[in-house]
Amino acid sequence: MSLQFNNEQMTEFNGLVARYPEGKQKSALLPVLHLAQDSFGGWLPTEAMDYVAGLLKIEPIEVYEVATFYSMYNLKPVGKFVFEVCQTGPCMISGSDNIIAYIQKQLDIKPGETTKDGIFTLKLVECLGACGYAPMMQVGKIYREHLTKEKVDAIIAEYRMQVIVQN
Amino acid sequence: MGVKLLLEKANVPGIRSFDVYRREGGYATAEKALKEMTIEAIVEEVKKSGLRGRGGAGFPAGMKWSFIAKPEGVPRHLVCNADESEPGTFKDRYLMEFLPHLLIEGLLISSFALGSNDTYIYIRGEYAWVATILEEAIVEATKNGFLGKNILGTGFDCMIHVHRGAGAYICGEETALIESLEGKRGNPRIKPPFPAIQGLWMRPTVVNNVETLAAIVPIIKMGGDEYAKIGVGRSTGTKLISACGNINKPGVYEIDMTISVEDFIYSDEYCGGIANGKKLKACIPGGSSVPILPANLLLKTAKGETRYMNYESLSDGGFATGSMMGSGGFIILDEDQCIVKNTLTLARFYRHESCGQCSPCREGTGWMEKILQKIELGKGESSDIDLLWDIQRKIEGNTICPLGDAAAWPVAAAIRHFRDEFEWHIQNRELSQTSNFGLQHYADPIHVPA
Ligand SMILES: Cc1cc2nc3c(=O)[nH]c(=O)nc-3n(C[C@H](O)[C@H](O)[C@H](O)COP(=O)(O)O)c2cc1C
Ligand code: SF4
Ligand code: FES
Repeated sequence: MSLQFNNEQMTEFNGLVARYPEGKQKSALLPVLHLAQDSFGGWLPTEAMDYVAGLLKIEPIEVYEVATFYSMYNLKPVGKFVFEVCQTGPCMISGSDNIIAYIQKQLDIKPGETTKDGIFTLKLVECLGACGYAPMMQVGKIYREHLTKEKVDAIIAEYRMQVIVQN
Repeated sequence: MGVKLLLEKANVPGIRSFDVYRREGGYATAEKALKEMTIEAIVEEVKKSGLRGRGGAGFPAGMKWSFIAKPEGVPRHLVCNADESEPGTFKDRYLMEFLPHLLIEGLLISSFALGSNDTYIYIRGEYAWVATILEEAIVEATKNGFLGKNILGTGFDCMIHVHRGAGAYICGEETALIESLEGKRGNPRIKPPFPAIQGLWMRPTVVNNVETLAAIVPIIKMGGDEYAKIGVGRSTGTKLISACGNINKPGVYEIDMTISVEDFIYSDEYCGGIANGKKLKACIPGGSSVPILPANLLLKTAKGETRYMNYESLSDGGFATGSMMGSGGFIILDEDQCIVKNTLTLARFYRHESCGQCSPCREGTGWMEKILQKIELGKGESSDIDLLWDIQRKIEGNTICPLGDAAAWPVAAAIRHFRDEFEWHIQNRELSQTSNFGLQHYADPIHVPA
């Protein structure tokens, strides 16, 4: 089966392209890759990048170049929920090391790994602009801030529950 | 309480919506600017205000605006830099999250003054929910006739578009930002040509920070001269400071730049003192790129004068004994923090964020991280400190964009002021794995390696 945007996603795609002048549709590449990643299971297989290249009438290499440069694009499959924990200075001095170690222990994975059930991926990232609300992590489109061990437990339980409800 | 020009209304319930913002006097300044003022008059007020760019470099905004080229028949663009990725900095997020219409109003006035019919907000990709807030505000402003075609019957057309980045600190650098907005990798361009001549799609472009553009509203409202009366010297108006680290009240504060650093840290109105009753060890006062200062040099200059939260005072003493206002990311480290480890996380950050175009930056940031890692893990040798110093010196000034300098400065300053802590780590390989150097003493500020 080949990847394709459904009607709703296509409408969003057209809206994104319309933000830029005629002939400058390549400018929509970053937002369109976000849309593709959200639409195709949280990562960008080559097929998805080729599809985006076709839609924007640019060469596939122009898409690969960009997808490999920016840290938010996943080039490999990831779990349903990606815990992106900030490890930069301000978070570190506010205790992010302990939180990272605790998440590793609770999920039994190392940074860069996904749990066997495919639910969680742990990723260490650099400053997310939430330094005053540290320690913190990004999960999908939201920030989880002021993390404590108790809060981490509650968040893991919350996402596990979401998976159970969805199944 | 200090003067509040930007965050005055931040706590009004519902201020995020157009209706409440309008009821509180919002968009009245845009009306005045578009209907009653000429473009020249607006630029003149901005010049008179003395407003300096709030993105980090502090370049006078009015002067930047006056450089924009106006070739016949070529569209011009205003781009709002909302990439905010400098560690310690989270003030633009606050402004956009709580006062989206203040930014939209500032963008409208600025777009009018610069002749930009299509204005872009380049927002860091991780601020996805903030992008949604801005998009909703744009829809509301358009419905109410403050964006779109023939705004307020003046004949001026303006649309604001939100563009989400995708995780790259370097895209905060204005030419990398433009490349990224064109759908490319964020590789900074060699200047000249400057964006004011050939920027986005090779058209004349002005890139300004979120806070800079929001400040246009109070400036036009009160007049440039009145705005310039707030603050001191060339530090006019108010500045947003995002305070974080080991303090009792981390958060975003608006200050007029006459407050002392000591008052800012210890007063209950701002940081509320060091957390857990600890002592102040060091501070990075303007975002991770600016030099770290030990407590003694932070609170007083080398001459023994009180240091204030403004551009001039924070940089008093140059890099030997001073620092910079930078982006306003104010990071406090208490007595338990390890300077080696803190410097290592920053070195890793810059290695990760280097775009890789210039060898000194690409290779140098990698080397600095490796050596710091070695020292941190208790495997350092005494020659490593001088090696680090040598590498940072070879990066500084030898690269296409200032990220190279930004990576070099934190390492240089850490060695300059905390050399004894680095030495302690190297001499006490095992002990350093279980305990901290702490506050044994503040390094001698005159102790600069050759
Ligand atoms: C590596 C690097 C990162 C930067 N990041 C930002 C940023 O996130 N936000 C910002 O406004 N300016 C950033 N700047 C500064 C911009 O290049 C530019 O000077 C600024 O957006 C101009 O706006 P202003 O004059 O209003 O400050 C960065 C510069 C460099 C070299
Ligand atoms: S200094 Fe670093 S980030 Fe800037 S252009 Fe050179 S390699 Fe890229
Ligand atoms: S350092 Fe973690 S959010 Fe800034």
